[in-house]
Amino acid sequence: MKEQDNNAKNSRRSFLKKGIALGAFSATALAVASFQKDDVEETGEKVKLLSPEGEIVEIDKAYVKPAQDLHMPIDSKKIREGIPNRKFVMVIDLARCKNALNCVSACNKHHHITGKNAWLKVYKMQETKDTAPYWMPSTCQHCDQPACVTVCPVDATFKRRDGLVLIDNDRCIGCRFCMAACPYSARVFNWEEPDQGDITMNMEGLPHNSSPEHAGMPSVKGTVDKCDFCPHQIDKGELPHCVSACPNGVFYFGDKYEDTVTNGDETLRLSKLLEDKAGYRLMEGLNTQPSVFYLPPKNRSDDFKDGLDKYKEFESVEKPE
Amino acid sequence: MKNYNTLLDDLAPKKFNRLGVIWTIALVVIIIFGIIAYIDQVIKGQEVTNMRDYALWGIYISNFVFFVATSFVGSIIVAVLRLTKNEWRTPLVRIAEIITLASIVMAGITIMIDMARPDRLLYLFIYARLQSPITWDVIIIPTTIAISFLLLYFPLLPDLAILKKYFKKEKPRLSKIYGMLSLNWVGNKAQKAIQTKSIKIIALMIIPISIMLQTIDALLFSTTYRTGWNSTNMPAYFISGAFVAGVAALIAVVYVVRRTKKLESYITDFHFDKLGKLLALACLIYLYFNMNEYLIPAFTPSKEEDIHLRTLFTGSYSYLFWLVTIVGLILPIILLLFKKGRKPLPMFIIGMVVVIGSWWKRYIIITPTLLHPFLPIQGVPESWHHYFPSMHEWIITVATLAAALLIITLLVRYLPVIPIQRTAEEKELLETDIKH
Repeated sequence: MKEQDNNAKNSRRSFLKKGIALGAFSATALAVASFQKDDVEETGEKVKLLSPEGEIVEIDKAYVKPAQDLHMPIDSKKIREGIPNRKFVMVIDLARCKNALNCVSACNKHHHITGKNAWLKVYKMQETKDTAPYWMPSTCQHCDQPACVTVCPVDATFKRRDGLVLIDNDRCIGCRFCMAACPYSARVFNWEEPDQGDITMNMEGLPHNSSPEHAGMPSVKGTVDKCDFCPHQIDKGELPHCVSACPNGVFYFGDKYEDTVTNGDETLRLSKLLEDKAGYRLMEGLNTQPSVFYLPPKNRSDDFKDGLDKYKEFESVEKPE
Repeated sequence: MKNYNTLLDDLAPKKFNRLGVIWTIALVVIIIFGIIAYIDQVIKGQEVTNMRDYALWGIYISNFVFFVATSFVGSIIVAVLRLTKNEWRTPLVRIAEIITLASIVMAGITIMIDMARPDRLLYLFIYARLQSPITWDVIIIPTTIAISFLLLYFPLLPDLAILKKYFKKEKPRLSKIYGMLSLNWVGNKAQKAIQTKSIKIIALMIIPISIMLQTIDALLFSTTYRTGWNSTNMPAYFISGAFVAGVAALIAVVYVVRRTKKLESYITDFHFDKLGKLLALACLIYLYFNMNEYLIPAFTPSKEEDIHLRTLFTGSYSYLFWLVTIVGLILPIILLLFKKGRKPLPMFIIGMVVVIGSWWKRYIIITPTLLHPFLPIQGVPESWHHYFPSMHEWIITVATLAAALLIITLLVRYLPVIPIQRTAEEKELLETDIKH
C-alpha cells in the first residue's frame, strides 16, 4: 500500500509540474482516490487540469501543492517517440570547412566526452590520388533506415518520428553489434568508467539520470554513445552545439517538413540549397537514408592545407591540462 | 571374442590415473585464473581488453564462433551417420555427443563474457526484439543446449542401469547415483519403445537445429554492411567450417580417450580411417566455400574489398591467412588422401592442427574486417588501428577452452565413453552370458 502511495505521489507531482498531465489518466484517478484516506481537507474549490488524453479533469484545490523538488521523472514514452510533426536534418557545407575544429571542441565539452574518440570528427578526406583533398565533418547520420537500430537486441537504440536515432544507456547491454552495423563508424564505446568529474552531478551531488536526449550526461560504463543531434538544445529552441560553435557556418540544422535550415547567420530553404549546391548523402548506395546532407567542396575560399595545422591523426578529444 | 564381463570391465568408467589427476587440476587452475581475470574485467570494464571502437569485437567473439562450430560434430556423427546407416559410428557417438554439449555450453558462456553489461543479461529476454540476430542466438543456443543434452542422455539410460548394477558392491554411492540417473531403466519393451522413438526424434531435430545455429552465427556478421562479412556465402561457409572444426575436434579427443582408456580393440584403425575420410570430405567442402569467399570477390573487388583482400593475401594478416589456409586446410586434405595419413597418430596430429587452424580461422574472419571500415580511421590513438588480444583476453579465452576440456574430461571420466549396451548388442553378447 505504501508503495502505491508513493507511486501516487510521484504521478501527482509530475501531473502538476508541467501544467499538463504527464502521467496516465488512470494513475491520476488512482492518485486522487488514494488521497481520500489522507488527512487533507477538501476545500470544495476545483482546479481544472488537462489530462494526456486531452480531457479536462477537475481535482480539489487542496491536492494542488507546489512541487517538492525539481527533479523531473523521465517520460520515456515521449523520449522514444520524439517531437511530433518534425523531421530534423543537417546540412554540412564542405566548401566552407577549414578544419577549425570548434565543432569538435564544443561537442566534446557539452557532451562531457572524456574518452579517446570524439563523436563528431573532422576527417581528412581524399578518395584517390587524383582527386582533391577536403575536410569532412562527420556526425551520426541519423539514418531513416538505421542499421544500428535493426540489429539492437534490446531496443536500446531507437529511431524517433522526428528523425533522431538515440541510445538509452540504461538499456544498452554492451554487445556492440550496433557499432559493427554502422557503416559510418559513428558510435563510440565506454570501455571504462567515464571520468567526467562533477559536471554530470546535479545540485544534490548525485549523478544525473542518463537521458537519451542528452547523451553523455553522464556517459555510462559498458554502453554505447554517439552524436544525439542535441535534442536538449532543440527543447530550448537552440541549435546543436556544433552548429553554433562553427565560425565558418559549415553546419546548417533544421526541419525537413518546414523545408528550412539555418546555421545561425542565415536561414535557407533546404530543397533550394540542396538543389543549388548539388547536395548529397554519404554512401547513398547502402540505402541507409541519412538525415545529414553534404554540399560538395566546391569553390573553396581557403586552401585545404591551412587546415593541416590543426589536424591530429591520433587525437580527437583534447586532454585537459 | 570377448564375453560380456570383459566388455563391462573395459568400458565401465575408471578412476583417473596420475596423469588424469594432474590434467584435471591443471584445467581447474586455469579456469580459476580465468574467473579472476573475468571479475577484474567486470570491475574495470572492457578497457582491460585490447578491443576498442574500431576493433570492437575480438577473440571473445572468434572463440565463441569456434565453440559454436565444434558443437556441430554431434549432428554430423550422431544424426547424419545414423540417417546414412553408417554402423561404424557406434564407438564414436558418445564422444561426439559429449564434445557437442561441452562446446555449446561454453559458446553460451563465451558470448556472455563479451557483453560489457552482464548485469543486464535479462534484458535480452525482457526487451527482446525479434529482428536482431542476437535474439535469434538467444533462442537457438539454449535450444541447442537442451537438445544436445537429451541427445547425450537418452541413449545413456541403459548404460546407466548397467553401471548401477556393476558398481553395486564396490561403490554403493556411485551405484546409487547411476541408478537415479537411469530413471528406473529396466529395459522392458515399453521403455525401449519410448527410448527408441525419443532418440529418433532428437536425432532428426538436431540436424536442422544445428544448421540454424551455424547459420545464425554467420548472420551475426553477414547482416552488417562490413566488407568481408556482408556476403550471402557466409552461412554455407560457416556450416562447412563447423563440419571441419567438429570432426577435427572429435578425432583429437577420440585419440586421447582411446589411449588413456586403452580402448584400442574398440576404436580401431578402421574407425580412424573412416574419420580421416570424413575429415577430408569436410575440408574439401570448406575449401570450396573458401574459394567462393576469397577468390571470387578478388575478380571484381570494390575499393573496400580490394583493401580487405590485399590485407589478407599480401598484407598484415597474410602470414596468418596463408598458414590457416595451407597448413590448416590444404595440407590436411593432401595428407588424408594417403592411407598412412589416416592411421591414428598422424590423424591425431592432423586433427590438432586443423582444430588450432579452425580457431585462428575465426580470428581471421572477425578482426581484419573491423579494421577496415568505410570511413578512414582517424582521431583515435595509434594503437586503436590494430588489434591483438590483451593478457586478460588470453587468460579468459584459454580458461573457456580449459572449461570445455574439463566438461569433456569429467563426462569421459564418469560416463561410459563407448555405449556398453549397443556394443554388446552389436557384438551379440547378451547379458545372459554372465551366468555362464
